[in-house]
Amino acid sequence: MKRFKLIRDIRLGIKNLLLHKLRSMLTMLGVVFGVGSVVAMLAVGEGASKEALDQIRRLGSTNIILTSMKPSGDAEAGSMRSFMSVYGLLYDDEIRIRESFPHINTTAPVRVFRKEGRLGPRIIEIRVLGTTEKWFDLVRRPMIGGRGLHERDLENSSAVCVLTELGARKLLATEHTIGEKIKIDKGYFEVIGIVKSDSGNSTSIESPDQDVDAYIPINVATERFGEVISRRVTGSFERELVELHQILVEVESTDHVESASKNMETMLKRFHPKKDYKISVPLALLRQAERTKRTFNIVLGSIAGISLLVGGIGIMNIMLASVTERTREIGIRRAIGAKRKQIIVQFLIETVVLSTIGGGIGIGIGLVIPWLIEKFAEMPTVVTPWSIVLSMGISAAVGIVFGLYPAIRAANLDPIVALRHE
Amino acid sequence: MNIEAEPASIAARDLVVLEDVTKTYQMGTQEVHALAGVTLTFKEGGFSAIMGPSGSGKSTMLNLLGCLDRPTTGRYTMGGEDVSSLDDDALSELRLRHLGFIFQSFHLIPQLTVKENIELPLFYLGWEEEDSATRAHELAARMGLEDRLSHRPMELSGGQQQRVAIARALANDPTVLLADEPTGNLDSATGAQIMDLLCELNGLGKTVIMVTHETEVAAFARRRIHMRDGLVEVIDGNEEGEEGAES
Ligand SMILES: Nc1ncnc2c1ncn2[C@@H]1O[C@H](COP(=O)(O)OP(=O)(O)OP(=O)(O)O)[C@@H](O)[C@H]1O
Ligand SMILES: [Mg+2]
Repeated sequence: MKRFKLIRDIRLGIKNLLLHKLRSMLTMLGVVFGVGSVVAMLAVGEGASKEALDQIRRLGSTNIILTSMKPSGDAEAGSMRSFMSVYGLLYDDEIRIRESFPHINTTAPVRVFRKEGRLGPRIIEIRVLGTTEKWFDLVRRPMIGGRGLHERDLENSSAVCVLTELGARKLLATEHTIGEKIKIDKGYFEVIGIVKSDSGNSTSIESPDQDVDAYIPINVATERFGEVISRRVTGSFERELVELHQILVEVESTDHVESASKNMETMLKRFHPKKDYKISVPLALLRQAERTKRTFNIVLGSIAGISLLVGGIGIMNIMLASVTERTREIGIRRAIGAKRKQIIVQFLIETVVLSTIGGGIGIGIGLVIPWLIEKFAEMPTVVTPWSIVLSMGISAAVGIVFGLYPAIRAANLDPIVALRHE
Repeated sequence: MNIEAEPASIAARDLVVLEDVTKTYQMGTQEVHALAGVTLTFKEGGFSAIMGPSGSGKSTMLNLLGCLDRPTTGRYTMGGEDVSSLDDDALSELRLRHLGFIFQSFHLIPQLTVKENIELPLFYLGWEEEDSATRAHELAARMGLEDRLSHRPMELSGGQQQRVAIARALANDPTVLLADEPTGNLDSATGAQIMDLLCELNGLGKTVIMVTHETEVAAFARRRIHMRDGLVEVIDGNEEGEEGAES
């Protein structure tokens, strides 16, 4: 018997709302747009931050990236007299990190060269990265074809290269190029594989394989191209001696990232009196991005919250009018024996039904808007299930919170006075 | 079908007892004594009419009897239970289970159909839908309204509306029927029909308490209580039967 009471109460509420269709619809509008904006804004916000977060995650949250930087004071001295500037990370730095630091999984050294690349008739300047097989463990990119560098490639000082998607495109190489030779600078290298490039194009975060066209074993690189790198800069030659351009470090787990990067900083400070290096920690960037995202969500949430508040006040206003209008009905129900509680439930159900239907429509709108944005503005959006659950909960809560006062007003009417009303 | 209560027992017991009941309204600094000390008993199965000039406290008394209000002072018992100390929920429960109201202006809910209006007390009693539909049909049939069940009150004549109200008042099979000027908004012929109905219900054992200021209407009752300025002035007639009416 009691089981069906609520269903009957809800039906009664819906019937009452249907008696004033236009009014009910207008009353709902506030919640519709409130909930719609919650869902839509969260979807847009989530989409925007997801892209940034994904890119950082691709850098590897357990990785630490050390990069050589030309110290600021050296620049003019170098260019004035064709002086050779010596700076940057050392081979020893890598060894020190790999051998004496705790909780280190792997490290990968990096040397970068700009050389002329040639495949068949095509000649183009390419960016060649000398590294070890460890690189491919640290920067995980799917292979398009062939294989990455191997330990034995380094042991045998093999003249092999792995093209990136980007490099392959520049040289007009395809999967069929694998096994053929390309000419880099003055020597020939066998193409052993093609690897996918980082697809993201974020401006704030530099990934280590950005703009890389080919990978070759680091020892082969040094052997062929030498330690000194000469570059033509505005007419004069600039000569640099940089042992390693980058060191990639992978620690055991995210818990060790912070302490490891601190230790490295201390160590590097000791061996590098001039600050000619930079430490970047993807995890820190990730945390930063997550914080930004949270702030973003709070701002959006507040805006949506205000619109819901306005919607709720709209409901309350209409319900108060409805209570006045139905004073006599309330008196009749009370005289017949309805308890205060039952009057409260009756009016509360009306507001909750109103606000949840409004919320449902709002969610619909909130799903359509991101879809349109994605389609026409080509911005990524992500509708998370929790945002829908949250909106549904919020809309029901709006109904309860803003329906309570009118319902209590109705229930507290003196039945005698209510009966005499009008 | 249990509309008919058991016939009034030979030695009817006191159903409602008022002992020195007062009701005072505070109007600003002024006190209005709507009831100034009323002592009265209503026997089970009786039919009483409360009469008196306007403002004499008739409606106030009926509201008290109907558990819609509580006395300022004095004792009020119904079926042996002290009503004056009950809380709002308990009073609602009493109204729901034992009382039926009939009003001068019918007080039907305009947006509900005749059937739904009759079913209203059953809704609060938590009846199953089929049961309450059956009950509404029976009651409507008794009131000659079986073909009006899906109509709205506004589509009915005054007499029909009052019969819907009576059907609704009977839905919970009440012990006491309370009527405030039930014929006040009706022409005399229709009013007479309604009074016949009330008499018939009284004959079936329902205790009827009615407020009226029309002597012809009051004549249907077995006892007439005349009020003036919040006090009982004269009582004529006897709840036990017609024989006392002239004495
Ligand atoms: N809620 C109230 N507040 C203040 N005074 C009231 C209230 N209800 C009734 N009264 C006063 O109590 C007195 C009795 O009122 P009541 O309604 O009982 O009279 P009545 O006999 O029913 O009159 P009528 O025949 O006009 O219906 C009146 O003086 C009235 O003004
Ligand atoms: Mg009156």
